[in-house]
Amino acid sequence: MSTQMLTYLFVGLSFALYIGIAIWSRAGSTKDFYIAGGGVHPVVNGMATAADWMSAASFISMAGIISFIGRDGSVYLLGWTGGYVLLAFLLAPYLRKFGRFTVPDFIGERYYSQAARIVAAVCLIFVSFTYVAGQMRGVGIVFSRFLEVDVNTGVIIGMAVVFMYAVLGGMKGITYTQVAQYCVLIFAYMVPAIFISIMITGNPIPQLGFGAEVTDGSGLSVLQKLDGVLLDLGFGAYTAGTKSTIDVFAITAALMFGTAGLPHVLVRFFTVPKVSDARLSAGYALVFIAILYTTAPAVASFARLNLVDTVHNTAYDEAPEWFGNWENTGLIAWQDKNDDGIMQYGAGAALSPAKPIFDVDGTLGSHGERLLTNKSTESANEVYIDRDIMVLANPEIAGLPGWVIALVAAGGVAAALSTAAGLLLVISSAISHDLLKQTFIPKITEKQELLYARLAAAVAVCIAGLFGIYPPAFVAQVVAFAFGLAAASLFPALLLGIFSKRANKEGAISGMLAGLVFTFAYIAYFKFVAPELNSAEYWLWGISPEGIGAIGMLLNFAIAMTISRLTAKPPATVQALVDNIRIPSGAKAAENH
Amino acid sequence: MKTTSTENNKAYWRANISLLTKLLTIWFIVSFGCSIILADWLDQFSLFGFKLGFWFAQQGAIYVFVALIFIYAWRMKIIDRQFGVSDDEDEA
Repeated sequence: MSTQMLTYLFVGLSFALYIGIAIWSRAGSTKDFYIAGGGVHPVVNGMATAADWMSAASFISMAGIISFIGRDGSVYLLGWTGGYVLLAFLLAPYLRKFGRFTVPDFIGERYYSQAARIVAAVCLIFVSFTYVAGQMRGVGIVFSRFLEVDVNTGVIIGMAVVFMYAVLGGMKGITYTQVAQYCVLIFAYMVPAIFISIMITGNPIPQLGFGAEVTDGSGLSVLQKLDGVLLDLGFGAYTAGTKSTIDVFAITAALMFGTAGLPHVLVRFFTVPKVSDARLSAGYALVFIAILYTTAPAVASFARLNLVDTVHNTAYDEAPEWFGNWENTGLIAWQDKNDDGIMQYGAGAALSPAKPIFDVDGTLGSHGERLLTNKSTESANEVYIDRDIMVLANPEIAGLPGWVIALVAAGGVAAALSTAAGLLLVISSAISHDLLKQTFIPKITEKQELLYARLAAAVAVCIAGLFGIYPPAFVAQVVAFAFGLAAASLFPALLLGIFSKRANKEGAISGMLAGLVFTFAYIAYFKFVAPELNSAEYWLWGISPEGIGAIGMLLNFAIAMTISRLTAKPPATVQALVDNIRIPSGAKAAENH
Repeated sequence: MKTTSTENNKAYWRANISLLTKLLTIWFIVSFGCSIILADWLDQFSLFGFKLGFWFAQQGAIYVFVALIFIYAWRMKIIDRQFGVSDDEDEA
């Protein structure tokens, strides 16, 4: 069977599985819809959390980014795993004890204020939409390459599938679908990683192969060889970073605290039966996540080595088939600057502007390459490679069989869909539960609330699809900002709500607003208003927009604590609530109120 | 559901905070310490063919994070029981 047919088969089968699960686990009540009935086993919840967590950015983009920036890529690995420690220690058990449906539920009740609830709901919707934009785009990329459909058609098919199980099944449908999606995505990630590790180092465990010797007889380890090859081509060494220590520190912090403040992850811990289950479940989630996250940097280094080997100094006529395939998606391009028919790869941007713009008539050059209308740059580098293809093209670059390539396609779609569904659910519950039921139209019955929840999910799917069709920027970049915003707005309010009895509504609201506005303004200024100034000399204390959430968070804490001291203490009932959530015993199943 | 005195609950909370502080210190040392601030210095040492600072940043810290969460869950279960606030008897 051809790779194309296999891909249709694998992706089609996985879709059938997800929809089947959705029909089997339809939500009958708001409790089912928001928190899956509250009886999810910690291991199952851990697996669902891992799928919820590992998005198109983790599956498709992360190894690609690490592959190109080497050591600096550690910020993603540390930030996106270290946050789970904070989650398990500081938030998850207490939020489970609190026992309601949503994150704004907690903020609203702890800060005895509808205004605080609305601010939290707005922060949540803002963060989640920023994040979901990247997912739909990821689905589009996978579809456009593997199923050879238009990116937009791909996004619409993805929307239809998510619509089916998120709108029908709510949290219950999503939880069990995510378990299936985790299995698909981790299998799809590990199989090519193991193959490639064996090919390059002879060691089947990528985590060990990463440090092992290359089997080319040179006696060099993977990383030594990679450092050498890259230095020869004019790049920096793979194991040396280029970002300043303070910036790496700030980005890692923003990603960690952002992880702990992400509503679609937090809400997963509302679904387990007991407080002690919430602690354990965070541990299982991190185990399932760590399998991929410790493999990713290994894949990144193998892929870079393979890429240089296959592309550099290869005649275009003799280039492998994948090169042409990916040229068609615009994610790779070659401009024969010195007219020798051979691809020279090296440091520096190959094209100006950096992204390839193919000749509209689709004219081919003398060697069969797709002609570009971009200007050449001074750099001797002739090859443009988009970072997003590193994982997706990796099996082809390594010459693995067709079924592995098809598997990666199904895995990429699973990763993007599972995260999109989780995000859409928290958006819809923020709208139906926090904004409608708790604030604007409290008289609605449970049945009506469930209907609104489904409607909100449907609208959110459509908006997310629009983001996928008209993407704001590339996948991981957009996602990185969602973390900064979550760290600066939600995390401090949650943490103070549990660990400080003195924190009051005035403090929490002003802190959340200050953190959100400051972080958003800083990012918007350097990314959209004055992108030409986006370099270390203009940054505040040398901290990039990716890391500014860490400063936004400190600002939030400082303002929240100062204002809380200057204004009245929270009422006695709220202090009693804090005492109650600190004690594990007596957690009731979550209920509507 | 057990009824527990305020004093007991306060002592329980102190025990929790003390465990948290210890584990968070380790968390900070492996992530921000070994992987970022001390990474360049640690790179002079070698482990499984990696420079040590690089290994912490791309592998080691993640393993430590996993261990920390399970240690916390295990220790807290003991502390919960010790202070009689465990959720063992809560209906699942």
